[in-house]
Amino acid sequence: MKLSGSDIIVRTLIEQGVDVVFGYPGGQVINIYDSLYKYRDELKHVLTAHEQGATHAADGYARSSGKVGVVIATSGPGATNLVTGIATAYLDSVPIVAITGNVPTNVIGTDGFQEIDITGVTLPITKHNYFVGSIEDLADTIREAFRLAKSGRPGPVLIDVPKDVQIAVGEFTPQPEPVPADAALPAKEIRIRQAAQCINAAQRPFLYFGGGLITSQAQDELLQMAEIIDAPIGCSLMGVSGVPTDYPRFLGMQGMHGHYACSTAMHHADVIIAMGARFNDRVTGDRAKFAPEAKIVHIDIDGAELGKTVTPVHGLRGDVKMTLQKLLPLLKPAQHPQWQAQIARLQEEEAAGLDSREGMTPRNIITLLNDYLGENTPVATDVGQHQMWAAQYLNLKASRRFISSGGLGTMGFGMGAAIGAAMATGERTVLVTGDGSFGMNLNELATAAANRVPLVILLLNNGVLGMVRQWQTLFFDKHYSNTNLTDRGTDFVKLAQAFGAQASRALTLEELKNALDAAFASDGPYLIDCAIDKDEFVLPMLPPGGSMDDIIVKIGD
Amino acid sequence: MMKFTVAILVNNQFGVLNRVTSMFRRRQFNITSLTVSETESEAFSRITVQSEGDEVKKEQLINQLYKLPDVCSIAELYTTDTVNRELLLIKIRNDPQTRGDVRSASDAYEGKMVDYTKDSLIIQMVGDSRKIDNFIDLMRDFEILEICRTGLVSLQRGGTTIRRVTNL
Repeated sequence: MKLSGSDIIVRTLIEQGVDVVFGYPGGQVINIYDSLYKYRDELKHVLTAHEQGATHAADGYARSSGKVGVVIATSGPGATNLVTGIATAYLDSVPIVAITGNVPTNVIGTDGFQEIDITGVTLPITKHNYFVGSIEDLADTIREAFRLAKSGRPGPVLIDVPKDVQIAVGEFTPQPEPVPADAALPAKEIRIRQAAQCINAAQRPFLYFGGGLITSQAQDELLQMAEIIDAPIGCSLMGVSGVPTDYPRFLGMQGMHGHYACSTAMHHADVIIAMGARFNDRVTGDRAKFAPEAKIVHIDIDGAELGKTVTPVHGLRGDVKMTLQKLLPLLKPAQHPQWQAQIARLQEEEAAGLDSREGMTPRNIITLLNDYLGENTPVATDVGQHQMWAAQYLNLKASRRFISSGGLGTMGFGMGAAIGAAMATGERTVLVTGDGSFGMNLNELATAAANRVPLVILLLNNGVLGMVRQWQTLFFDKHYSNTNLTDRGTDFVKLAQAFGAQASRALTLEELKNALDAAFASDGPYLIDCAIDKDEFVLPMLPPGGSMDDIIVKIGD
Repeated sequence: MMKFTVAILVNNQFGVLNRVTSMFRRRQFNITSLTVSETESEAFSRITVQSEGDEVKKEQLINQLYKLPDVCSIAELYTTDTVNRELLLIKIRNDPQTRGDVRSASDAYEGKMVDYTKDSLIIQMVGDSRKIDNFIDLMRDFEILEICRTGLVSLQRGGTTIRRVTNL
């Protein structure tokens, strides 16, 4: 059938199984918006306050559902506003497809109004991108973008469509099914056998996973392996929610602000089996001193990750789940009582060192929040101290329920991401944020209010940029350069109300409980301005570039 | 530092060279020589890159290249079983005192004089990189006005082709 380019775009999105897109109209996508109007019963469009919020929403949608998130923006500033969101998705391997309009083909290259070379701009932050110069290529390019976004190691793909291609009429042949992802493959058998030998010889095995385990849905295989080889489990920030928090062998998050027992156990392991993780500097600290006795078995679908930062003894390129399925039968059941005793001691040390103060401490706040979380409640975060406290203390039960910007560390990620997660899951969603991060994209309160998104915003308000302040306290002689926000005097309760959200303030745990009661009974966005002290620290802390020898577990006066 | 050469078969599409070189730049791989050309098939272009680094760096580079959707196949080219050539054009001041020496050197290196004016002369030379380097060094005794060399073009000896590497 003959369709306009903009109709082809919308029809192809529907064909690919997309049920909601996020975006913002403008001059060079006005035709696409006309098609969205035409097909509004089949494809819901969510108007955000800013294109950045739309990308984060598409990202949160994808992270929480495993489906491809879609964002649409106009040319020029609309397109450049996507950049931070696309980079966020790129660093965390999140499948999104971004569609931008551009000036007509005959104007391209002349610095036309709102013309920007967005394929050039996004070259290093997309898995791939396309400039569609002809309507004949349009539908297949979109299908190809979806295939790429979700195949292998997922990631963002951008499609730039000049306006004349949106207007042009071309032949459209609908496809009955969404394009499938490329078939995943396990690692080579010989590598798996070698890895099995190494694992079978381990005395102090440690299982370590990142976001790739969640993408690969390999949780069951991971837990089976842990039982067979009697190993503790730890994860990176991106792995949080991949294993239920209360799983007995799970020690929590490792790394710069990881759990003490987890980071220490990983440091002392003799074999580390890493799955879908990439040994970022926040994980290894000083690479030369990282896990000095460990042989590393590294399983990742992206071969370029093997040996990129740490050198594995066995690098297994392949899908984590399929590789583990082949590996499991080769593993010998083992018991490591000494190792388990050592871990139990570490856990006791960790428990003894936990913040036991009463009142509005970060730990007490997140612990109280845990009482309100359902099995499937998505919890999004922004970036900073609150993010680390959330990662440390949240009690999560299901995979894909911790939505956080790990690789890029994007302050302002949370509002959009939480909206996207709520829309994808249909669940009441929680955003744990801080006054710094929230200030960056709080305009998305408008989106949450307009769409009556069931969203509980727990704003840990310390009046400072807490993470930077923590570094300033520890490493910069308490020179609090530009990290004090109290001068702003923002009243977040009034602010939320002005946007049409409900809000209340909590100065005590009792007040917080009442506020959470109200928030979790509300049917739209509800903000809780939760006061905490400006000198709360995220602990433990491995100083940047440091090693386990430098771990800070307590702050003196 | 070890030098190595890889031949990359890429989709013959707009902007592909940019994608490849952008990856080199952002991952801090140094390019010491780069040539791009059409191939026996309209569908592909061939990029020949010479870079430097240890075995790990080389592995990384090849793995990162494979992640680019436009990259179809990659072959590492070993000096021992590869024909490597560069083309050099070098413009020298035409000085009556030295032109005889320049010509002798050129003859010894099997160069060819392809331009001759009263001010300048151009010598063309084909050879492997070391021969070209040596000849340029020799010419430094004279007044070099301009140099242009193509960078490496390489083909594996025998029946092996890059397309067979991935059975395209």
